[in-house]
Amino acid sequence: MPKIIVEVMPKADLLDPAGKAVANALQRKGNAEISNVRIGKRIELHYAHTPTEADLAAAKQIAADFLSNGVIEDVVNVTVEN
Amino acid sequence: MKIGVVTFPGTLDDRDAKRAVRIAGGEAVSLWHADTNLHSVDAVVLPGGFSFGDYLRCGAIAAQAPVMQSIIDAANGGLPVLGICNGFQVLVEAHLLPGGLIRNEHQHFICRDQKLIVENVDTAWTNGFELGQEITIPLKNGEGGYIADQETLKRLEGEGLIAFRYSEVNPNGSINNIAGLRNERGNVVGLMPHPEHAVEPGFGPDTAAAMRSGVDGLTFFTSVLKQVVNS
Repeated sequence: MPKIIVEVMPKADLLDPAGKAVANALQRKGNAEISNVRIGKRIELHYAHTPTEADLAAAKQIAADFLSNGVIEDVVNVTVEN
Repeated sequence: MKIGVVTFPGTLDDRDAKRAVRIAGGEAVSLWHADTNLHSVDAVVLPGGFSFGDYLRCGAIAAQAPVMQSIIDAANGGLPVLGICNGFQVLVEAHLLPGGLIRNEHQHFICRDQKLIVENVDTAWTNGFELGQEITIPLKNGEGGYIADQETLKRLEGEGLIAFRYSEVNPNGSINNIAGLRNERGNVVGLMPHPEHAVEPGFGPDTAAAMRSGVDGLTFFTSVLKQVVNS
């Protein structure tokens, strides 16, 4: 299934409570070498055809306008995966 | 006076909001998320809950609902709109108010009677309060931490767009103790705490006078009714 993958992360300077909770658990399990964990989202947009440049441009717009909120998140990647 | 209350899938407090409207002396009208028709209402309440399961981000999918397109247009034309809790998140996601709301700093869902300071009374929903008045209404949320970039924050403080601040305790890590905002025109107000749960003696927060006698939330609804009558 051809797809466009959108990856969204919480902004670097914002508290990421989910990441912090996982980091704390990893520390407890003895993974002292892991200093921090941050958790974001991977969103797959599926297409019936191989995504075109126009599809990619539209997906980037959707990622910026709807799939992320620029106040609290960054879109870190929008890529085609065939 | 007709006040519309929107129901999205996952809305919880629409019935309480409608009840608050009726207790204040208005006629409550149900608005449906998939219907663009606002049924000639004089004001709109976006109630609390977990619209669309809080999927993607709180309020993000509701902000794209058909009814919201009508509400955004009407709000830009001056229609009074109040967003409570999830409704505040919807207003922020719909860009009717700036900034964003993130998970509470301490990561716990919080449910308490919360003291607020009324910071602005030049709005459709707060004109019945005194400036600087302390009120108590329930607060119940998991993602109520208000954030905005420095530039936005400066504008909010400079232009008097902060409607409410948390008093005594900051329950969720909101910057500058921000509990609620207004827009430039004063017709749109959003806040995390729940005025619709403090409108009737016997069911509100405790006060010095008696248990559960707090009705500070009623003033939101009487304010908008007064404003609509006068306009």
